[in-house]
Amino acid sequence: MNKTVLIGMTAIALSLGACAKRTPPPAATTEPPPVTQPDTNSTDPNSLEVVELPQLQADLVAKAGSDTVYFGTDEFSLDEATRATLAAQARWLIANPNVRASIEGHCDERGTREYNQALGERRANAARDFLVSQGVPASRLLTTSWGKERPVAQGSNEEAWAQNRRAVTVIIR
Amino acid sequence: MRLILTVLLTGLAGTAIAQETQEAPPELVGGSVKTNVAIAVPVMPGDMVGRQVSEVIATDLRSTGLFTPIGPSGLPGYSVEEASSPAYPSWRNAGVAALVSGYIESRPDGRLTLACYLHDVTAGRELARQGFAVNAGDWRRAAHKCADLVYSRLSGQQPYLDTRVVYVAETGPKNDRQKRVAIMDSDGSNHRYLTIGRNTVVTPRFSPRGDKLVYVAYIGRRPRVLLFDVATGSERLLIPGNHITFAPRFSPSGRDVVYSMANAGNTDIYIVSVNGGEPRRLTSAPGADTSPSFSPDGRQIVFESDRSGTQQLYIMGADGSQQRRVSFGGGRYASPTWSPTGNLIAFTKIAGPFRIGVMNASGGGERILTDGWQDEGPSWAPNGQFVMFHRTPQGAGAARLYAVPVDGGAARIMPTPVGGSDPSWSPLNN
Repeated sequence: MNKTVLIGMTAIALSLGACAKRTPPPAATTEPPPVTQPDTNSTDPNSLEVVELPQLQADLVAKAGSDTVYFGTDEFSLDEATRATLAAQARWLIANPNVRASIEGHCDERGTREYNQALGERRANAARDFLVSQGVPASRLLTTSWGKERPVAQGSNEEAWAQNRRAVTVIIR
Repeated sequence: MRLILTVLLTGLAGTAIAQETQEAPPELVGGSVKTNVAIAVPVMPGDMVGRQVSEVIATDLRSTGLFTPIGPSGLPGYSVEEASSPAYPSWRNAGVAALVSGYIESRPDGRLTLACYLHDVTAGRELARQGFAVNAGDWRRAAHKCADLVYSRLSGQQPYLDTRVVYVAETGPKNDRQKRVAIMDSDGSNHRYLTIGRNTVVTPRFSPRGDKLVYVAYIGRRPRVLLFDVATGSERLLIPGNHITFAPRFSPSGRDVVYSMANAGNTDIYIVSVNGGEPRRLTSAPGADTSPSFSPDGRQIVFESDRSGTQQLYIMGADGSQQRRVSFGGGRYASPTWSPTGNLIAFTKIAGPFRIGVMNASGGGERILTDGWQDEGPSWAPNGQFVMFHRTPQGAGAARLYAVPVDGGAARIMPTPVGGSDPSWSPLNN
């Protein structure tokens, strides 16, 4: 269990790093440390290069069209548009075999708190199952439910609720 | 004064209530109480905190919805000696039906004694008396106990005012809300935060003795059940594995916790010992089985399930046996909680708006108690006479805590410093 928690925590730290809107690291802040031990794989002391890490979440959005799919009231079924988005996400996930993803279900405020925690898991699970059906290894996908704890739209109207009933594919590497 | 104190401390006070019931019922007592009975609460003599003590008592009595306390401001003072023998005619002329008198005295051990008397002004007689010894800094506790004595004697109900509330304090915008577990006395005093707000938290619930909590925190992006010690602040994960777990609630013995676990699109109810060990599964129907709550005798569990297609209430044995639906009105039913007296179940009813209601534990007898746009998450006062819940406004405003009498009457807002949700009412303090 401790190992799992540790992996989870590490994953969060990495995902926060990946999600944060930061400028790339400055090029010349650190000189590579002097090589004191000869490396069996490299004898060139200048082989280390500072590289920009890929913005994985932004890349998923760019390539798949969206990291989010939406649901009807009290629903967790996937309509045609949702399947198309998830299929594109699956292609991206297959093309990026080193990343893992947390599929996170959310609900609108018009459900009781604990029921929404269950409903959010159903949505996450439905999205996950579809990604697996498209060839994404199940071992790379986690699911969770935020219930109604993380709305993106603040209103109390159908438009806001429709935005909040969603499953988000969060890249956790 | 010394004589009065001696009488108080030798135990006569403790039997005063029992003795009273042997006699003809006075005008004020038991069942005959009318809403808005005027009760004078003048400043208690004997110590600087006397005015504050009387203010706490008056505020407590007002919060019951049964009484109209008068004072302490604007009322004449009295001597320590007069606490047990007030000038009834004067109070009669003041237009009150009852009088709460008393005094505060320092004790040799450094604590203080609050002597509390309740008088029937109309009949010109004492109805109850009790002394409460507390640490000087805990005078509020003694004031709540005095208010409970008055409430209990006049209403015939068990006391409930000397209690605490744990809830989720909410700050910040709706789409980036900070949520912290907070605890306070049930009149809003002694408020403090138990978590720092880094993790989103929901649904804190008291143990039957009020010394522990279970609550849900999002850790590693997942809802996890934590067991929290109120006195020490120490906490630990309750359930092994990294599962999606939520909706925890203690059994009446405090030895077990029931909760929900969601996996592969199915949510079921489990039970686990607070001392560890493997959880046991209680439900397995396809659908969302959640919000379990034990009957006070520990033999049954009420919960909600959408196995029929919509959220409805079900009762099962504590081992998961004999699951049967008990809600049959229109609409959906959610978040049931069994009353401490065992005869009622409070719930959230969803029929357009969300409303708090109660029904008989044996089925039927449904009554809706509130009229908000979104009222949910009922929690019982330990005497079973009030239900606390949270009310969410339409739009971006903050949710607030309210308490409503089970026998009808207006919901009263709870004095929290910030927005609040998911209240849990403690058992009566010792």
